[in-house]
Amino acid sequence: MSFAEGGRGKGDRSGPPSRTMTYLWAFLVGGLICAAGQLLIDVAHIPPAHTMVVMVCAGAVLTGLGLYEPLLRFAGAGASVPLTNFGFVLTKGALSGLAKGGWVGMLSGILELSGTVLAAAVLFGFAAALVFRPRS
Amino acid sequence: MADAQQQQRWAQKEYAALAAQFHPRPPIWPNVCRAFLVGGGISLLGQGLITLFQALGLDITGAMTRTSLALLAVGALLTGLGVYDEVGRFGGAGAAIPITGFANSIVAPAMEYRTEGLVFGLSARLFSIAGPVITFGILGAVVAAALRWAIVGP
Repeated sequence: MSFAEGGRGKGDRSGPPSRTMTYLWAFLVGGLICAAGQLLIDVAHIPPAHTMVVMVCAGAVLTGLGLYEPLLRFAGAGASVPLTNFGFVLTKGALSGLAKGGWVGMLSGILELSGTVLAAAVLFGFAAALVFRPRS
Repeated sequence: MADAQQQQRWAQKEYAALAAQFHPRPPIWPNVCRAFLVGGGISLLGQGLITLFQALGLDITGAMTRTSLALLAVGALLTGLGVYDEVGRFGGAGAAIPITGFANSIVAPAMEYRTEGLVFGLSARLFSIAGPVITFGILGAVVAAALRWAIVGP
């Protein structure tokens, strides 16, 4: 993920101002993305599972427009925790794959960055579903 | 006599339709506020974890990846314990959209259907919601990346 390449130099004034402000922005941006999702559910009557799909696609679109990396730098976990980040990671991988190896590179690049989260989600999910029993 | 009964039935139907129009309006603003608080809270927890991992000497990318992994584990665990259901009831989208909600969407259906067996029950149901998310994520990523490549270049 090259958004880190710009780095957070110690004396870099254009970067995120301070740790406290990053916490504030993380809360605000993370909260706003979820509030937008709730509006989709309650006002536009989009079911929750569809809203998750919409969020991932929104992340992909914002990444395509070049807006998600600045958001990540700015809001930290506020942008990296919501599902929009999954769209970012997929698109970012696709773009760096395109740059490296054309169309085939794009296909292998898509799951290169997102693979970590996907593999972990399957493993943790399998383990949890095996160990725990439903309440009802 | 039969006529009167018919009429009453009609009236009942009309009333039911009318009531349905007014009844199930969700309280929008309280819901949105709760989603904001829960989603913001989980992001705040994530920021805390990022700071922690950075303090352990990881760069921002590594810290964010490990934060995602930690939150996935927390979401899977809390779903198994039945706690995340409560978080979801309170927070709505604020519980569904963070990565902990992604873990919840994987574990919850798989837990319910484990009686159908390890293959078509548990393993297939892991993806009942995650599958569409991954499918549309990849579709969206290909379209967005191809368009950006075509318009902006590498």
